[in-house]
Amino acid sequence: MSRATVLEARNLQVHRGQVQVLDVPALDLRAGEVLALMGPNGAGKSTLMLALAGLLPLSRGSLRFKGAELGSRPEREAYRRRMTMVFQDPLLFDTTVAQNIAAGLKLRGIPAAVREPAVRAWAQRLGIGHLLGRPARQLSGGEAQRTALARAFALGPEILFLDEPFASLDAPAREGLLDDLGRILAETGSTAVLSTHDQAEAARLGHRLAVMRDGRVLQTGGLREVMNHPEDPFVAAFVGMETLLKGQVAASGEGLLTLRLGKGGDGHEVLAVGEARPGQTILVGIRPEHVALSLQTDKSSSARNAFPGTVTKVVPRGPFFKVELDCGFFLAAYVTAQSLAELGLAPGGAIVASFKATAAHLIRREGLDSEV
Amino acid sequence: MDLIWEGLRKALELLLTLDPEVLRITLLSLEVSGLATLISLVIGLGIAVPVALNEFPGKRLVIALLNTGMGLPPVVVGLFVTVLLWRNGPFGFLEILYTPAAMILAQAVIASPIIAGISLSALQHLPPGLRLQILALGASRPQMVWLLLKEARLPLLAAVMAGFGGVISEVGASIMVGGNIKGQTRVLTTATVMETSKGNFEVAFALSILLLVLAFTVNAVLTHLQQRNRPR
Repeated sequence: MSRATVLEARNLQVHRGQVQVLDVPALDLRAGEVLALMGPNGAGKSTLMLALAGLLPLSRGSLRFKGAELGSRPEREAYRRRMTMVFQDPLLFDTTVAQNIAAGLKLRGIPAAVREPAVRAWAQRLGIGHLLGRPARQLSGGEAQRTALARAFALGPEILFLDEPFASLDAPAREGLLDDLGRILAETGSTAVLSTHDQAEAARLGHRLAVMRDGRVLQTGGLREVMNHPEDPFVAAFVGMETLLKGQVAASGEGLLTLRLGKGGDGHEVLAVGEARPGQTILVGIRPEHVALSLQTDKSSSARNAFPGTVTKVVPRGPFFKVELDCGFFLAAYVTAQSLAELGLAPGGAIVASFKATAAHLIRREGLDSEV
Repeated sequence: MDLIWEGLRKALELLLTLDPEVLRITLLSLEVSGLATLISLVIGLGIAVPVALNEFPGKRLVIALLNTGMGLPPVVVGLFVTVLLWRNGPFGFLEILYTPAAMILAQAVIASPIIAGISLSALQHLPPGLRLQILALGASRPQMVWLLLKEARLPLLAAVMAGFGGVISEVGASIMVGGNIKGQTRVLTTATVMETSKGNFEVAFALSILLLVLAFTVNAVLTHLQQRNRPR
């Protein structure tokens, strides 16, 4: 994918008082992509987003929008009319839904004759066409956020910033809006930046992922790439790689590694994909959805790693259950409610866990002792 | 009780016969306090908007001063304005002491901090992200300020009502800088004080009732403005 770069951020630094709250050496946004910023609360996602939107004074750094430097105030003001932002709080005006959706167009001096059809069309697309005359203060959380999104899309923004737009919605409202937003983003081919602390939201809407912590971007890459090949234990844990195994490389060759697990690992050996020298200490991550559970070792399976173990904990995780196992080392797997029942999974029960060598991802080779 | 009934009867009579002196006093009250409130609105917003929208050292001190100013005693204002406008005072050359202009000035000094203080708190109570949201919708700075004021219109009208209520009812400053001159600077409050001190209770009553009616009418109009188009 070699699309034109829409926004180029270089060396962005923001200070709050004496404290540096953002330090991003480089970040690019390409045309038509949805970049998901992920990180825990306080990681700097909102700060980065405000900085990229030109709404926050930078201590240092530069922004280029479609190749043009955004330095002066008029340049930033002109940029503000080509992007827009939707916040966690819908921040609607105390007027009707229709007037809210029209607000940005009105600020641009667009006549009512042009505004009104656009307002109606976007209200329809977001499923709030029947609410146009309703006072904004009487809307439910989901309806209010749909109004805020219609107000944003009506502007035809060249970049759409979405700052945790689902965070204050209940589950059904969030689910419906995720579907609609995903569809509209795809239909319009919008360039967008979405911040979220939820990996499922990032996975559903994002094309690329940037994981943040303490005001820094730890890793940027394609969605699958970051989810499956996190470069660092924090990113791994944050993108849902629940099992992290540390050990020494016992043998390597042809892209395959044999990892002998360290303390607490009982000397078990795990086969993983990656390049490392024998004797090196490495970290391997396994996503819970890549671990299969069965009652006995399946000889026909292509899974190179199979470990008998005991169930220690079963935790509901939305539509799935997370099963935590003791196989001589910790292992987590996701199963459906049906599998849970069929396998009779309960704490204390015996089970065989298996995963392919390609599901065991090499995370990092250096500096592990200080990190893990 | 007779005093009260007599007062009400007399008041009604003065009102129904449209006593020219009473009418003049009432209109002057409305004019002086109305203009003072308008001037205070401009000054009050002129202070509240930049203080609310900017961070600067000493901001808390400014807010504390404004809040103190909301309780400025009218006699103290009267004293300072009198001294400033006194023939030999720094603004004596204006020759406006004992004119309605001096009363408007004094009342504006009283109402400005009231309107500034309440407006500031109104703006500070808007959702914290609203300003950024408005900018993100492409607003220029003046458009942003206008939209914020529109969002805060309810408490802003309350500020206007409080300012007007403060000055239509004050007597100390008006009597000091206006002098309660018949036909020139006599307003409802100063006339009430004078008639009471002369023992003309029924006239004082009549004037008081008029004052209440005037205050009520103006506030009813402002309340109507404030509450119209309010769903809920």
